[in-house]
Amino acid sequence: MRLRFIFGEVFNGLRRNTTMALSVVLVTFVSLMFVGAAALTQMQIDQLKDDWYGKVEIAIFLCPESSRNERCAEGAVTAAQEDDIRAVLEDGALSDLVQKVYYESREEAYGKFVANDDEGIWSYLTPEQMQPSFRVKLSDPEQYQVVADATEGLPGVDVVRDQREIFSELFRFLNAATVIAAALAGVMLIAAMLLITTTIRLSALSRRRETQIMRMVGSSRSLIQMPFMLEGAVAATAGAVLAIGGLFFGVRYLIEDWLKSSVTWVQYIGTSDVWNVAPWLLVIAVGLAAVASIVTLGRYTRA
Amino acid sequence: MIRLDNATKVYKRGARPALDSVSVEIERGDFVFLVGSSGSGKSTFLKLILREERPTGGDVYVAGRHLNKLSAWRVPHLRREIGAVFQDFRLLPNKTVYQNVAFALQVIGKSRHHIQSTVPEMLDLVGLSGKEKRFPHELSGGEQQRVAIARAFVNHPPILLCDEPTGNLDPGTSVGIMRLLDRINRTGTTVLMATHDDEIVDQMRKRVIELRGGELVRDQDRGVYGLERV
Repeated sequence: MRLRFIFGEVFNGLRRNTTMALSVVLVTFVSLMFVGAAALTQMQIDQLKDDWYGKVEIAIFLCPESSRNERCAEGAVTAAQEDDIRAVLEDGALSDLVQKVYYESREEAYGKFVANDDEGIWSYLTPEQMQPSFRVKLSDPEQYQVVADATEGLPGVDVVRDQREIFSELFRFLNAATVIAAALAGVMLIAAMLLITTTIRLSALSRRRETQIMRMVGSSRSLIQMPFMLEGAVAATAGAVLAIGGLFFGVRYLIEDWLKSSVTWVQYIGTSDVWNVAPWLLVIAVGLAAVASIVTLGRYTRA
Repeated sequence: MIRLDNATKVYKRGARPALDSVSVEIERGDFVFLVGSSGSGKSTFLKLILREERPTGGDVYVAGRHLNKLSAWRVPHLRREIGAVFQDFRLLPNKTVYQNVAFALQVIGKSRHHIQSTVPEMLDLVGLSGKEKRFPHELSGGEQQRVAIARAFVNHPPILLCDEPTGNLDPGTSVGIMRLLDRINRTGTTVLMATHDDEIVDQMRKRVIELRGGELVRDQDRGVYGLERV
């Protein structure tokens, strides 16, 4: 009986207040869409980091024959110096951090350069002008700085380069995008909360007669307040469901169907990630409605 | 059934008390008129009994409960033992007569079966059989008040509080309402009625409690409306 009564009241309230309820749905939809987009962007960043950092390595360039670098004033790196550097990487304190070391000779560097050069610059160069290097793969790419500090000053080392620097700009951009999405989400969430508060208040005012009578005949406070709370929760949840739908189709058609086939060298997030975000969006929606109810109802339906 | 011990209510600190050290006891099955001019403290008296307000001094006991100590979540249980009728009827305009009465049972969780058997009985008692499907605006003032009484009494509370129930009705209709309240009183229900209607009080010759400026100035069995007419 009570459940029937509660749901009847919720339905009536939503019907009487359709425009307000609809605006709550739309505002939560847009705000949670931003929240979800921010979360998915972060997931994409994590995925890219895992993927690319696994492939990149530290390059320790050794002194070539003629260099303007003061460290290479003594001329090209000697075989003994190369052995010392290799020893530092493979046997010293760094050995835990280093997964694999291989040596790229002048000839190999020249060969790679030739293979990648379509403009014919290679014909002006000789293998002797190329820099030999150690390519170091780290077991934990985040520990780059430790390895760089330990090798940078060694005799025969010209410069140490972390190839991650190439991506850092991209990640910085994506992080900024996340911050912007999160900030917009925050503003929209505040708007959503205010709207839900207003909706509940209007609903409570328009049904003041009913709640007054309910109080009078001794119905419990929870029964009086429940329909209003549920109204807010139903509208907010509907918004969350729309947001999840929006994210799902966005990921499905923009990323899985379009980007994946046109830009193939990147690992993308997929619809399964949307399902990971979805429960949180529902939780936020219900939490939002709950906070709005608590703020409003104490004042408008006292026992 | 209802007992006030030196009950005092001061709304604003420093202001004159709305109710000043009133002590009165109303037994089960009593029919009591509460009289006094506007601002004499009648409404506050009723609000203390309904636990809409707490006394600032003294004690209030209703239906075996010490209201000073009653916690907020137990208040609904108290209100189920008190039916309340008002001058302005307070019916829901979008519900029929039947639905208005059934509403009072629905919201305290009675079963549909119980409602279906009790509501027609109650409408029969108040003389509204055959008008179940009417809406409040299709009824006369007297009939609307009968619906309100049916709603207040449908759960058979031991106490019925009436705040100026005849205030909006013509004398002829008022008599009908008083007969109904009298009949309800004969079932053992305690009826406490605040009123300005001297004719009714004089006719009924029931116990009269008079308040003036928040103080109890008269408590008389088989009394009349004004002291000057005794």
